Amino acid sequence: MIHNHKMIEARPAPSNTIGPLAWLRANLFSGPINSLFSLLGLYLLYLLLVPTIQWGLINADWVGTSRDDCSREGACWVFINARFTQFIYGLYPRSELWRVDLTFATFAGLIGWLMIPRLPFKRWVALVTLVGFPVFAYFLLYGGHFGLPVVQTHRWGGLMLTLVLAVVGMVGALPIGILLALGRRSQMPIVKSFCVVFIEFWRGVPLITVLFMASVMLPLFMPTGVSVDRLIRAFIGITLFQSAYMAEVVRGGLQAIPRGQEEAAAALGMGYWKRMGLIVLPQALKMMIPGIVNTFISLFKDTTLVMIIGLFDLLGIVQAALSDSRWLGFALEGYIFAAFMFWIFCFSMSRYSQYLERKLHTGHKR
Amino acid sequence: MSEQAMQSPSGAGDLMVEMRGVNKWYGDFHVLRDIDLEVRRGERIVICGPSGSGKSTLIRCINHLEEHQQGEIVVGGMPLTQDIKRIEQIRRSVGMVFQHFNLFPHLTVLENCCLAPMWVQKKPRREAEARAMQYLERVQIAEQARKYPGQLSGGQQQRVAIARSLCMHPEVMLFDEPTSALDPEMIKEVLDVMVELANEGMTMLCVTHEMGFAKTVADRVIFMDQGQIIEENAPEPFFNDPQSERTQLFLSQILGH
Repeated sequence: MIHNHKMIEARPAPSNTIGPLAWLRANLFSGPINSLFSLLGLYLLYLLLVPTIQWGLINADWVGTSRDDCSREGACWVFINARFTQFIYGLYPRSELWRVDLTFATFAGLIGWLMIPRLPFKRWVALVTLVGFPVFAYFLLYGGHFGLPVVQTHRWGGLMLTLVLAVVGMVGALPIGILLALGRRSQMPIVKSFCVVFIEFWRGVPLITVLFMASVMLPLFMPTGVSVDRLIRAFIGITLFQSAYMAEVVRGGLQAIPRGQEEAAAALGMGYWKRMGLIVLPQALKMMIPGIVNTFISLFKDTTLVMIIGLFDLLGIVQAALSDSRWLGFALEGYIFAAFMFWIFCFSMSRYSQYLERKLHTGHKR
Repeated sequence: MSEQAMQSPSGAGDLMVEMRGVNKWYGDFHVLRDIDLEVRRGERIVICGPSGSGKSTLIRCINHLEEHQQGEIVVGGMPLTQDIKRIEQIRRSVGMVFQHFNLFPHLTVLENCCLAPMWVQKKPRREAEARAMQYLERVQIAEQARKYPGQLSGGQQQRVAIARSLCMHPEVMLFDEPTSALDPEMIKEVLDVMVELANEGMTMLCVTHEMGFAKTVADRVIFMDQGQIIEENAPEPFFNDPQSERTQLFLSQILGH
C-alpha cells in the first residue's frame, strides 16, 4: 500500500542534461566516431569560412568610383556600389526613379498591412492590392497620364523588372491556377479536357521555350503593324506557364478535402461556386500554402529567363555590367550580389509561409 | 419546430416525399430496386436494414446527393429533375444530418449555422445569427457558439449539425445514421434532440439502428435489404410481428445482443 503525505517539490534537472554543455555532448560528441566527425566538420567549416570572410568583408573595398579604388586583395564591392542604381532600376530615367520607389513602397505597405494580423479592414486592403494597385502601378511606372512622361518598357530593368515580373506572375497565376484545378475536377467533359490539355501542354514545355516562342514566333502570327510589347509577352508566357503548375498544387489541396464537406454544403442548398468559395477552397488553400509558396519561389527565380528575349532583369543587368570594359574581372562580386538579392526575397517568402502555416494550423485545430 | 411544419396539417394526403418506381445502379450494381415510398407531412419514418442494403442511398436520392436513373421523386410537390435550380430549390427545404457530422472545420459553430441562411437565403447577418442562436439553444449548445467544431465532442458536433440544418427552416429532415459514429455515452444526447424534434411535428426520415428511437417516435418502420423495401409497418406490429423471414432474422440479430 502506498500512501504519500508530502507533495514532492519540483527539482531542477541534473546539470548534465540541460545547458549548452549537455547539448554539445548529446549532439556533437556522443561517441568517439561522432566526435571525430564533429571535429572534422568544424575544421572544414574553418577552412571555408575564414578565407570567405577575409575576402568578402575584411580585405574588401567598399568605397570608390573606379576599379583603381580596389586593392585586388579582397572583394571589390565598389563595382556593385557604382552600378547599384542600374542594378535596381535598369535604364529607368534617373529623374523618374521616385515613381518606382513610390510604387514599391506602396506595395510593401499593402503587403505589410495584410501580413500584420492586428490591423483591421483586411478584406478591403486585399481588394485594393489585387485590383486597385495594379492600375496604380501601371499609371505610375509606365506613365503617359497625369503629366507623367511615358517610360517605355525597354528601359525597365534590374530588380525593379524582376519584381514586376514576379508580382504580375504570382497575381495572375494563382487565380488562373485555381480555375484550371476546378476545371480539371469538373464533370463537364469539354471544360475538363480543355483544362487537362492546357495544364499538360504548359507543364510539358520548358519556360525558356515559351519565352522564346513568345518573342520570335508570336510576331509572325500577328497582322503587320501590330506588335505586342515584349514585356507583355513575357507576362503572358510566365503567367500561363506558372498557372499550370499552380493548378496541380491546387488540385492536390482540393483532393485532400473530404467529400462530406461538399455534400454538407450541397445539402444546405449551396450552388457550385458557393460550395467552392466558402467551404472547399478556404480549407484547401490552408493546406496548399507550402506548395503555393514553393511555386512562387520558383517563379521568382524563373523570371531570370526573360534574358532570352532581351529583357534585363536583375541577373541580366548584372551580367551586362560584367562585360563593361571598365569593370572587367568582377564577375564573382556581381553574381554574389545577384544571388544575395534573390536569396533575400526567396528566403523571406519561405519564412512567411512557415509563419502562416503555423498560424493557420493552430486556427484549424483550435 | 419550424413554422412550416407547425402550420401544415399532418396527414390528409398532404405528401412531403413521393418516390415511384425508383431504380439506381452504381455501374452494374443495382443498389435501389423499384422503390415506392410516400411520406406524409409530419410523418416520422425510420429506415433500417443490413449494411449495403441501400438505405443511405435511398435518402440521399431525396436531395439528389445521389442521382437515380429510373423512376420519379417528388419533394414537397416539386418533381426532382436534372435542373440544377430545381435541385437547389429542393435542397433548401430538405435538411440533412450526416453520420460524420460534416461540420465546416474552418468556421465557428455560429458561422456554421449562419452560412447557409446568409448566402443561400440572403438573410442579413444579424437575423441569421439570432436564428442560429435560437436553434443552438434548442439543442443546448449555445454556450459553445464561438468555438470551432474541432473543440467539441462528437455528440456536441452532431447537435450543432442538426441546428445547422434547422436554421434553413427545412420542411423535412433526413438523418443518415446520425449516431453511428458516436461514442456510446453521446448517443443519448443526440437522440433526445431528435425525439424532441419529432414531437414537434417535423417530417423525418431516419436511417438508424436505434430501435428504441424507432419504437418511441416512428409512425412507420421500413426494413430494406438488397436495395428493396422488404417490409413496412407501424412500429408495434413491425417489432412484435414481423412478416418476412429476413426481417425476423435482422431483428433477432439487432435486438438479440
